[in-house]
Amino acid sequence: MSTETATPLGTVARPPRSGLKKQQRGQARWAIWLILPTMALLAVVIGYPIVSAIVMSFQKDAGLDSSTGMFVQGGFAGFQNYAHWLLQQCASSGGTVACPPGSLGAQFWNAVGVTFFFTVVTVILETVFGLWMAIIMNRAFRGRGIVRAAILVPWAIPTAVTAKLWFFIFSAAGVANALIGQRILWVSGEWSSRWAIIIADTWKTTPFMALLILAGLQLIPDEVNEAAKVDGASTVQRFWRVTLPLVKPALMVAVLFRILDALRIYDLPAILTGGGGGSGNATTTLSILVVQQIRQGPNSASALSTITFIIIFLVAFIFVRFLGANVVRTQESQQKGTL
Amino acid sequence: MRRARKTTLRLSGLAGIAVLGMVLAGCSGGGGSGDPKSQNLDGKGPITYVQGKDNSNVVRPLIAKWNKAHPDEKVTFKEQSDQADQQHDDLVQNFQAKNANYDVVDVDVVWTAEFAAKGWLQPLTGSLKIDTSKLFKPTVATATYNGTLYAAPQTSDGGLLYYRTDLVKTPPTSWDEMMKDCDIAKQAGIGCYAGQFAQYEGLTVNTAEAINTAGGTIVGKDGKSPTVDSADAKKGLQRLVDGFKNGDIPADAITYQEEQGRQAFEAGKLLFLRNWPYVYSLAKTDGSSVVKDKFAVAPLPGNGNGKPGASSLGGHNAAISVYSKHKQTAHDFIEFLQSEQTQKFFMTQGSLAPVLASLYDDSELNSKFGYLSTLKKSIESAVPRPVTPFYPAVTKAIQDNAYAALKGNKSVDTALKDMSDAIKAAGSGS
Repeated sequence: MSTETATPLGTVARPPRSGLKKQQRGQARWAIWLILPTMALLAVVIGYPIVSAIVMSFQKDAGLDSSTGMFVQGGFAGFQNYAHWLLQQCASSGGTVACPPGSLGAQFWNAVGVTFFFTVVTVILETVFGLWMAIIMNRAFRGRGIVRAAILVPWAIPTAVTAKLWFFIFSAAGVANALIGQRILWVSGEWSSRWAIIIADTWKTTPFMALLILAGLQLIPDEVNEAAKVDGASTVQRFWRVTLPLVKPALMVAVLFRILDALRIYDLPAILTGGGGGSGNATTTLSILVVQQIRQGPNSASALSTITFIIIFLVAFIFVRFLGANVVRTQESQQKGTL
Repeated sequence: MRRARKTTLRLSGLAGIAVLGMVLAGCSGGGGSGDPKSQNLDGKGPITYVQGKDNSNVVRPLIAKWNKAHPDEKVTFKEQSDQADQQHDDLVQNFQAKNANYDVVDVDVVWTAEFAAKGWLQPLTGSLKIDTSKLFKPTVATATYNGTLYAAPQTSDGGLLYYRTDLVKTPPTSWDEMMKDCDIAKQAGIGCYAGQFAQYEGLTVNTAEAINTAGGTIVGKDGKSPTVDSADAKKGLQRLVDGFKNGDIPADAITYQEEQGRQAFEAGKLLFLRNWPYVYSLAKTDGSSVVKDKFAVAPLPGNGNGKPGASSLGGHNAAISVYSKHKQTAHDFIEFLQSEQTQKFFMTQGSLAPVLASLYDDSELNSKFGYLSTLKKSIESAVPRPVTPFYPAVTKAIQDNAYAALKGNKSVDTALKDMSDAIKAAGSGS
């Protein structure tokens, strides 16, 4: 979202400050009016919910008035809601205690671990398979169109349908068990449920990676590869020394998108396992935890979603800063044709 | 230079969005005047009735009948989705918005306390009082919070023990008797007992039944202080854990919800099944059912003292919104829903268990629904799930810890201790 708004802002504001001619100044003022509707819309659909969530996260959830048995407003909470999640402190009669198992508070770090585990494993698998598929799709051979279409099918299926599909495959009497000739209760085991999610997610999202990487591959001129071939580079050398460095910018953007997507994964585990498995929470991701918490106390849920937002933001920041996945710059240089 | 200016512009843009957002955030809220509980008590006029999806077309004919008799107080039907969670959220949002058009709402028995404590339900006292003397006591308990009746029981539901008449002549009356009968299942090469043990609301129902049957309780009279860490409660949960451990409850049953259990029973793979009354007619008529003429129902097995087991209660209550403008009409409509004729129609048209005790002795209904007299025993001795405003957290505490115990990841002692702690934490705010 931010990149989309940044680009028009950047282009209109380009004239240097000194020596602004009257006409240009008029243009700039005119531009502000053109942007205003967009800004107002963004304020309503993005600004308001975020600010409102942050304000709520500093309020206590409604508690019971013990004399009347009615809910009363909780009042200002300070950082109590954040401490509740990060330090696992649950309110109890007279002070705080460590959150007991069976309360949502106790699941925070478990959910963080599960979310990152899913992210790391699925992104690695999807990158490897996606790259492989992209290279196949990039070759010229008969029936290439059919292969491309076939590879895209999983991506075209809505996630909810995918999740139900794999739910049936992984059911006790399902195809997965019939194929391997065993009777695994996939969605109830701790690791089997996690692998069920990973398999389904990889199946679904690899085409997305493949497509983004393919776009990068097609920008590599054939001459480069042919020149390397003439110079006597082997296939393996050409892949590591020529193809990979040249496709890296596109690859990094694809990986960044997938990481951000995977960190807020909700629909697939919510439908496939209901967040269950193991002793009940083996596939509870941060987003699932937020949704569960909303029914128990929206203010505490706001704190949790703010924490989730910050975690995802930090991961994206680290990735862009240190691994050089710069979405904007890549687009700009692509436009200039200097990739 | 250029980049710096770009950044400033970008930042000021973000700041602008944030400020506008804050202004909008400040707009929300605002209060009305006066206590809505004491307003519009004698209001008469058109009202709206809100309920989840009317699957068997029960509500529309009833409302048509009402509207014919009350042309000035017409009822409009607002149908919600068929998902319980969505119904709950829809009600919450409309109550928060103080929507005067949600006059009479149909609430799940386990939501009643929450909505009452939020101050959204009109206490049925004074001129809005309804007669509960002819209703089953446990159903009235689900609608009562803090000693006040906030809703009128509308439909009920209780657990039944389905058993195979070709293998077992007389149904077991206690858990221990049932476990003895498991030898028969072993010889027949089928599973012995199953209920709903997947990690969802059904597990709370089954755990509560096991604990209540053994003489334990989950929460105290105030509805929030835990009482589950007791010897009796332990006995109850231990029965289920032992069942899984020694195979009397098949391992697959840990993934069972109502439907999987029903399918297994209809496929002849189970000797005993705990389930709701809806299974009865399906198992009698389903093409895939191999047990059509080979099963019957009995009350849930008890504790060995001659009494049947303590079923958890399903069903719905009808409540009046405090924001309703026509509370007297709403009250009259609720009485209409509870009338003998309406209750009988619920049963014949939708197989919804009545809350009026007298209907269970109705010979016409009994000849049509073979399970009715058994269901009566089940509901009579039922114990409602905890009536607490923190129900979502309490049911989570029960499910998570019972599930861990059933899977053998936790000892029964630890599970009950954690359950007790989590229920306590649920009741003290965040």
